[in-house]
Amino acid sequence: MPVGPPLPGSPAGLRPEAIKAIPVRHPWRWVSTVVVVAIVAEVIYIFVTAPGMSWGAVQQYLFGRLILQGIVVTLELTVLAMVIGVVLGVVMAVMRLSPNPVVSWVSWFYIWFFRGTPVLVQIFFWYNLASILPHIALSIPGGHVLFHASTNDLISPFTAAILGLGLNEAAYMAEIVRAGLISVEHGQTEAAQALGMTRLLVMRRIVLPQAMRVIVPPTGNETISMLKTSSLAFVATVPELFTRQEQISNANFDVIELAIVASIWYLAMTSILTVGQYYVERYFARGTQRELPLTPLQRFRRMLFTFHAPPPQAGPVPSLPSQHP
Amino acid sequence: MVKAEAVHKSFGRLEVLRGIDLEVYPKEVMCIIGPSGSGKSTFLRCINHLEKIDAGRLSVDGELVGYRERGNQLYELPDREICRKRSEIGMVFQRFNLFPHMTALENIAEAPIQVKKMSRSTAEAQARSLLERVGLADKVKAYPNQLSGGQQQRVAIARALAMEPKLMLFDEPTSALDPELVGEVLDVMRALANDLGMTMVVVTHEMGFAREVGDSLVFMDGGVVVEAGKPREVLANPQHERTRQFLSKVL
Repeated sequence: MPVGPPLPGSPAGLRPEAIKAIPVRHPWRWVSTVVVVAIVAEVIYIFVTAPGMSWGAVQQYLFGRLILQGIVVTLELTVLAMVIGVVLGVVMAVMRLSPNPVVSWVSWFYIWFFRGTPVLVQIFFWYNLASILPHIALSIPGGHVLFHASTNDLISPFTAAILGLGLNEAAYMAEIVRAGLISVEHGQTEAAQALGMTRLLVMRRIVLPQAMRVIVPPTGNETISMLKTSSLAFVATVPELFTRQEQISNANFDVIELAIVASIWYLAMTSILTVGQYYVERYFARGTQRELPLTPLQRFRRMLFTFHAPPPQAGPVPSLPSQHP
Repeated sequence: MVKAEAVHKSFGRLEVLRGIDLEVYPKEVMCIIGPSGSGKSTFLRCINHLEKIDAGRLSVDGELVGYRERGNQLYELPDREICRKRSEIGMVFQRFNLFPHMTALENIAEAPIQVKKMSRSTAEAQARSLLERVGLADKVKAYPNQLSGGQQQRVAIARALAMEPKLMLFDEPTSALDPELVGEVLDVMRALANDLGMTMVVVTHEMGFAREVGDSLVFMDGGVVVEAGKPREVLANPQHERTRQFLSKVL
């Protein structure tokens, strides 16, 4: 007789009774719960009852017009800088792995330079470029001017921030993408080459999609980081969330209150991004796991149904939700 | 179909191929056997230019692999030409190397769509009939990790066939399979040889397959062809001591 759970239809009596044992007690879990709750309560109490604290101001500014406008600008900065970062990062990573030494070297230099200088300095550089180059012109040899503009018109404070954040991000993304590309097994490249696919086609259709599974989690991390780093656009006087917070608190001196307002919004936005990241990762996991992991909603529903479910009994239990539809 | 003359190949200081001479004729099934490290897989990979040869001449269908000859001078082929030539040669790998992010159908239709610029509907119809041919009509939407090793290898064969190759290379196609799954892959290969009259070069350890399906058998050791001939004759009556030693261990 083979050992293991009885096959459907086999006599139920063959399976021994399910184990009923008294679980191990965890007294320290209760103690630590009490300690943590006490500390959190104390901290909240201190802030709520702080003598200089004006919760009314927090409430007033949380949905204030200037703050909401600042949020829109912060989101614009984040999205645009990440788009530049990801696109240019992929290009740089592919260039870095190119057999053409010049192309590979250009990419190496780019990463070395933009990763090696602070992003704050880079934003500052673009913002102040007009002080040394008042005009930017593009002309072909022979004197014909294709394009001519004042640097201040061309690089607005917003553009300066986008350039600083985006070009810096591209250097980091290039390394993330490169790590993803080299994580794909070489046999994949060979199989694709054997089918007659060109280098770029192999990269685009075979290697890059598989590398995404490795690329996406750190990219989500970078996006969340970018949302907060975009506050450096402050130095270019871009009216994003932190700039707005500064402007308001400079006028009314509710510094901590406005810091709390900004923190609530930054936390809210990063929380939404975290959820989004989960779903993107799930999409790129297809083909690597036999079944996709459950979404949080599915897991919650499953928990509601199975939390109080009785321990598995011998014999078929038709009412349990099936894991394999 | 394939002609090798004094083919040499080194990896750094290690000389893996030390003068291979052989010829594969159209519709021939050639099986290559030999101990590991004998250079048989490397030779196979040279045929579709996954490896570059250092010396000698290697040609497929009368055209040099990787070079063009004009006068007495060899010119390296540009990437595009190499890709075009590879697309006419099918290859099946020991580790299957299916694309894990694509279903069985997508794996097969990918190269016809991207390389041959076939329309998606035509490519998918062809992929379906190929899946049927390898006995996996019901696995159209399965991802590789939902398939057994034997099924994956059959999809890999279908994927190679989708490019309508004039030559198929098999690099130990059953070595990574559980023993009970070897048969289904060999059956598909046998059908290829018998029904389609496909020209095949098979690096293998399956002596039964070599005897039944192979038209010729090559024993390689130390980067050279030690012995070649009709499979039954070589297996039953090896002429060289080294062949005898090897066969006594694997038969």
